[in-house]
Amino acid sequence: MNGILAQLPILQVVVPLFGALLAAFFRRGSTAYVVALIVSWLMPVISGLLLWQAMTTGPVSYHLGGWEPPWGIEYRIDVLSGLVLMLISAVGALIMPFAWHSVAAEVDADRQSWFYCMYLLCLTGLLGIAATGDAFNAFVFLEISSLSTYVLIALGHDRRALLAAFQYLIMGTIGATFYVIGIGLLYVTTGSLNIADIASRLPGAFVVQPHAIFAALAFIAVGLGLKLAIFPLHVWLPNAYAYAPSVVTAFLAATSTKAAIYLLIRFAYGVFGEAIDFRTLAIDEFVMVLSLAAMFVAAFVAIFQTNVKRMLAYSSVSQIGYITLGIGMANKAGLTGAIVHLVNHAMMKGALFLALGAVVFRIDSVKIDDLAGIGRRMPWTMTAFTVAGFGLVGTPGTVGFISKWFLVIGALDDSSWLLVFLIVASSLLSLVYVGRLVEVIWFRDTGPAAARASDPPPSMLVPTLMLGAAVIYFGIDTTWTAGIAERAATILLGGRG
Amino acid sequence: MSVDASPACLMLSALAVPFAAALLIPLFRARPNLREAVTLTAAVVLLAVLIPIVGPVMNGARPLWTGVEVVPGVSIAFGIEPLGMLFALVASSLWIVNSIYSIGYMRANDEPRQTGFYVCFALALGSTIGIAFAANLFTLFLFYEALTLSTYPLVTHHRDEESMRSGRIYLLLLLGSSLMLFLPAIIITYVLAGTVDFKSGGILAGTGSTLLAALLGLYVYGIGKAALMPMHRWLPAAMVAPTPVSALLHAVAVVKAGVFCVVKVVVYIFGLETLTASGANEWLIYVGSASILLASLIALTRDNLKARLAYSTVSQLAYIVTGAALANATGILGSGLHIATHAVGKITLFFCAGAIYTALHKTEISDMAGIGRKMPVTMTAFLVGSLSIIGLPPFAGTWSKWVLALGAIDSGHLFVVAVLMISSLLNVAYLLPIVARAFFLPLPGQSAGAVKLQEAPVACLIALCTTAALCIVLFFGAGMIENLLAGLFVRPLNTG
Repeated sequence: MNGILAQLPILQVVVPLFGALLAAFFRRGSTAYVVALIVSWLMPVISGLLLWQAMTTGPVSYHLGGWEPPWGIEYRIDVLSGLVLMLISAVGALIMPFAWHSVAAEVDADRQSWFYCMYLLCLTGLLGIAATGDAFNAFVFLEISSLSTYVLIALGHDRRALLAAFQYLIMGTIGATFYVIGIGLLYVTTGSLNIADIASRLPGAFVVQPHAIFAALAFIAVGLGLKLAIFPLHVWLPNAYAYAPSVVTAFLAATSTKAAIYLLIRFAYGVFGEAIDFRTLAIDEFVMVLSLAAMFVAAFVAIFQTNVKRMLAYSSVSQIGYITLGIGMANKAGLTGAIVHLVNHAMMKGALFLALGAVVFRIDSVKIDDLAGIGRRMPWTMTAFTVAGFGLVGTPGTVGFISKWFLVIGALDDSSWLLVFLIVASSLLSLVYVGRLVEVIWFRDTGPAAARASDPPPSMLVPTLMLGAAVIYFGIDTTWTAGIAERAATILLGGRG
Repeated sequence: MSVDASPACLMLSALAVPFAAALLIPLFRARPNLREAVTLTAAVVLLAVLIPIVGPVMNGARPLWTGVEVVPGVSIAFGIEPLGMLFALVASSLWIVNSIYSIGYMRANDEPRQTGFYVCFALALGSTIGIAFAANLFTLFLFYEALTLSTYPLVTHHRDEESMRSGRIYLLLLLGSSLMLFLPAIIITYVLAGTVDFKSGGILAGTGSTLLAALLGLYVYGIGKAALMPMHRWLPAAMVAPTPVSALLHAVAVVKAGVFCVVKVVVYIFGLETLTASGANEWLIYVGSASILLASLIALTRDNLKARLAYSTVSQLAYIVTGAALANATGILGSGLHIATHAVGKITLFFCAGAIYTALHKTEISDMAGIGRKMPVTMTAFLVGSLSIIGLPPFAGTWSKWVLALGAIDSGHLFVVAVLMISSLLNVAYLLPIVARAFFLPLPGQSAGAVKLQEAPVACLIALCTTAALCIVLFFGAGMIENLLAGLFVRPLNTG
């Protein structure tokens, strides 16, 4: 038993990888589905054990092939990566039951086994990003997740999905290239690829070659910025989310950008923070300005969307702004807010996009006018949708409130009154688009499209409701979200006095 | 200890009753009589649960229950102190009367979606009790927002373009102000004091006066439900709702929740000594006084009866805010009294407005000439309510105005006394002509002589006569309320 426990870090990545291979062997979508389901349900068990280990006995270090770091590849799971692993695998596990009917309806029958193969690859990539402690290995996983995501998006029923996938392919490739250039520069200057090792060597190397390290920082930040859709590098996201199959949208929105954000936090605090004082370069301010632009511009654009998937996609860009804002604050409360919002936003957007997936399943449309009065036809689905929507606004009793609580305290610790005002003002914009949706869904007369809708089968409804319930539960009991986020933030900031 | 456990237990039961009713009501959607029986039973049970708590609270007991800790130092917690006790009593006793009225009104007007109506009503009442018993700002804020959200479907009850537009104003102003001003105020308080618990004497002692004044501003404008001008726009907009909603929620529960929050923040967050010592309350006295007069003046210009009553409410709420701003014991006592006395007076007026609409389908004051002869009971009750609002003995409103004036003298703000006098005159000017027209002008197109009575359904009449009677009862019973509120300023015997 102990033997298995020691292998958990690698199992976290290898199991879905082999699952993907296995799924590719089957022609029948349903067989591939069973593989994907088993793997997805196994993942939270592994992540849970890893997180528990990281919380009780400190970071888990695993040496691939027995090679000592920094020469060999190290998998390193601390509280933060444990939390992200748990998030990704929990979302994956919740989404899989939903996928059965949804994928059957939205993806051609002969492509379904490929779909599950790609989904498992994507899961591998995202989990790998969080598990690895090696900068180049992270690049490999970044690419695995990106390449599989292109395919997943392209499997969307709408022909515009192809264009969206292509657009993301171009942007994603540029991002990955930038990232790997940055890693190359770090390797040249420090002679290491192990993240912890780079961090310890960086202060010395910085004295010798500051410009190369600045360049590395810039390349890595822009590369990851593309992947996590930081404003204004977000243009791929609305189309990708709008035209991908519903399950994919929910999965990507809840996990994909989050893994990239994780990596950004890792590099900003775990690596570059060791050598560079961001304040002297005003990098923190630059990040905050971009974040604020995202929060306002994207939310403003969201208000005017008529395709609800697109509306929520722009909302994602805006919400990612909250997370990067917290990262930019670089104080404990702000960083806690960023990490906790990373988790909370995943729950909210997961619930919202799953509910939309159920709508697509029933009426094959996400136009706002077709949703008129649909609340009375799909009361449970739309209850989850509404709860998560008010979570976005930051109503107390939902997870959105918790995120905002920490972010505002972070802004106050920065004694930035303007920032406090801007954070709360942007929630007013989300109130406008959420309010618009609520009004249409519940208070309009039922339209012809919505009239034939009804709540989806339990396999779709239960995951949606569970995420909706999580939005409320973790808005009241925050031990597992804010509690862990606070610990992670303390550790990240602990390195610097 | 064992003596104390019981009120805490009753307190939690009181919270649970309306929410339980909200769950039960939909089960009886096909059987309206049973459905309304659930509402009525819940209202009666709620009051029956609250009454046994009054004695211990008057004797100085302070039941407290602390639940989950949401973020460090901030829990979901409920407790009872005199103000909350009073507010809960007012809301729950009027819920009984209002439920009777609702039955008459909703059926006579053949309103759609009645099940949803009663569910939201119960949720709103539950949120109100949650606000009354909140033991810290977070819990207060939680139920404050719940109250907004649960009343939104009631405001938009008719689902037509006009009510949807009003609903948007309602949601945007109330949620918007609370998220943009109230929430930052709470977080700033948390950062300054390290806690958001309500403590007698306040938790902000030792904070700079400019910051205190700004923080007070964030609170009074952030609590949009208090309708301090210019945050009052949602209240006239909310008048598109069916009249029972305007009566209980927009004359009692929602608006009183707003001013209750303001008083509570002044007493338990700032602390009266801290405020008066720093002078941070000074500006609010002027702003409150201005709101009293301005809103009264606007009320004069409104021909729609419910709109006139709404602006009258805005003005009367400013009494309570001004009383709190005086920041002395007498002012707070006056504010507390006014929460109760204005509630019974204004709910009577709204009941009458709804009765007139139900019986005669009239909404504009100019159409109401001579209706006193058709609806003598209603218009007499209207007269009683008006006189109470104006503040003439022997009606309840007398005392609260009296004590507020005393508070103003105590704090040396004599101009507030003048404002109260002028406001009384304005009340006379916008309320009594309605009664005068009803009784003394002839019905249009009808010669003198016997007129057939055309009153609203009996259920409505019972309700409006009850509240009119309460206006008189409270004149004589105001001492009880004073005794209850006196507990605000003595050291509590037991805080556990």
